[in-house]
Amino acid sequence: MEWFTKFPEMDRNGLREFKKTVDNAFTSFSRNYGEGIENFFDPLLSFLVAFEKLFLNTPWPITIFAILLICWLASRSMIIIAGTFLSFLLIGYFGMWEDTMSTLAIILVATLLCICIGIPIGIAMARSNKVQTLILPILDVMQTIPSFVYLIPVVMLLGIGKVPGLIAVCIYAIPPIVRLTNLGIRLVDKDVLEAAESFGANYWQKLFGVQIPLALPTIFAGVNQTIMMALAMVVIASMIGVQGLGLPVLRAISNQYLALGLMNGLAIVVLAIIFDRVTQRIGKRMQRYKSD
Amino acid sequence: MNNFIKIKNLYKIFGNNTTEALNLVKTGLSKEKLLEKTNCVLGLNNINLNIPKGKIHVIMGLSGSGKSTLIRHLNRLIEPTFGEITIDGVNVLELNNKDLLEYRQKNMSMVFQKFALFPHKTILENISYGLMVQNISEQIYKEKSQFWLKRVGLEGYDNYYPNQLSGGMQQRVGLARALATDAEILLMDEAFSALDPLIRAEMQDVLIDLQLELKKTIVFITHDLDEALKIGERISILRDGFVVQDDNPQNIILNPSDDYVSDFIKDINRSRVIKAKSIMTKSVSIKKENVPIIDSEMVLEEVLQEITKTKNYFVLVKDKKDKIIGRITLNELLTGIQRPRKEIKKYA
Repeated sequence: MEWFTKFPEMDRNGLREFKKTVDNAFTSFSRNYGEGIENFFDPLLSFLVAFEKLFLNTPWPITIFAILLICWLASRSMIIIAGTFLSFLLIGYFGMWEDTMSTLAIILVATLLCICIGIPIGIAMARSNKVQTLILPILDVMQTIPSFVYLIPVVMLLGIGKVPGLIAVCIYAIPPIVRLTNLGIRLVDKDVLEAAESFGANYWQKLFGVQIPLALPTIFAGVNQTIMMALAMVVIASMIGVQGLGLPVLRAISNQYLALGLMNGLAIVVLAIIFDRVTQRIGKRMQRYKSD
Repeated sequence: MNNFIKIKNLYKIFGNNTTEALNLVKTGLSKEKLLEKTNCVLGLNNINLNIPKGKIHVIMGLSGSGKSTLIRHLNRLIEPTFGEITIDGVNVLELNNKDLLEYRQKNMSMVFQKFALFPHKTILENISYGLMVQNISEQIYKEKSQFWLKRVGLEGYDNYYPNQLSGGMQQRVGLARALATDAEILLMDEAFSALDPLIRAEMQDVLIDLQLELKKTIVFITHDLDEALKIGERISILRDGFVVQDDNPQNIILNPSDDYVSDFIKDINRSRVIKAKSIMTKSVSIKKENVPIIDSEMVLEEVLQEITKTKNYFVLVKDKKDKIIGRITLNELLTGIQRPRKEIKKYA
């Protein structure tokens, strides 16, 4: 009756062998292909670096002006502009300007990457139920797996640095945009789609003329969520060598610097609020046709 | 041109394993039995219809009778299980994907019950849609759309969005959108059913007006008999996916083919629908002294007014060329107005 009280588990040697085999297989894989994969991501690295340099090298008044201008174009709200202006002045005054710029750069690059990859995947899922059943569990895994777990293979493959950090952020942040693109397109009124079809519209005309424009508010909710999740990953990404506001937070945790942690943490919060309000405004403005 | 649209032995069965179900239907299995036996739903059951060019052909039936399914076969928004559809000599079911798209663009357009306008496009862009899809130059389609916008009486609404317009106005846009492509065939799927009665009557007049000038082939779907009688030049009545009667409106009222049809027409105001020519006694040799002469298209209600003015209680009927073609006595008139005293049996 031993099997009843104690779970009949794999024996210790076998288990050790199993883990060793997996580890060795991945080590040899990363030894053989690591460099190739690293080279593959080189353009991404130079893009990210260029973006970061642009943010860091531009004189701060110009940067603030540019940010305010973008916020205005996107939201047309004086309250958001005023809030943004004040926030960035405070961030700069408390000596977090450079870190904030680095964080902004990686967030923007990660979001762009997620949009470029996520929206086509979402469209493919909306087009075919088979693709949807295939992708949905993958998204579930990406959203629930503890981020440290996929940091291990990423670091083994690509080492410590900006690109693995960026990839980690993207893995965490991409599911909402994929899901909401899929959902948005599937929720488009069947009658309207049928009307387009009855006039002889082909697949692409339906997609770009009817489905995506009508799904845009939902897709934008996805972009908003993706940005929020990317910001949430900033601290964890800093563990593998990403510059920015996460690094001081990490330092503050290990040294128990309360003020440092609070300041940088709040700076992240402020960025999140600005991004959120601005993107929500864009989403609302896209639905102008709904108001009377 | 009597057989502009020809539908032959058309069947539609929804569900899995339709080939087996089709064979069962062909042996005469009813809709309910089929559902019980194969879990398939019988949509259309051996439809044979000829629709003439340049007329308004009404397809009528209660909900679930398959009328919306039938109209969607004409532009293949729904694929048939079996059968043939020829339109102006073209076998529609054999068109490949590319040709089908072109066929929908050029030859037929559709008006929908719930309008189905594009909410994110302005009124003018909505009307232009069928032309935009064909990659016609912007200048031309804007001009055409402006023309149709005016024609349906919505001048100046170019830059509004659909939800800023009332239901009736939205359906005018739907109509303009369908007319803008100059397609020969207009499919109207319960186009006016979602409108309130006054607006509905108004839209029916708009359609009749337009049709006098355009002479399109219109397939009009409705569940409303008054509407069917008002605009239809021919009416097909559908029940459970089967055509029970395909006739002109006068005949449908005077000679319903079965109890289902008589049930349909039992509440109709006959004196407002039946025309003089349908009940008159044909005769050519009649003296014309002191007897009122009425038009053959006059409805019985009007004939009644005429006949009561006379002493002898009878009138003469003339055709469009002012030729006397028959007479109506008071007795004949009353028989025409009176509903046939037939027990209305329950149809199977």
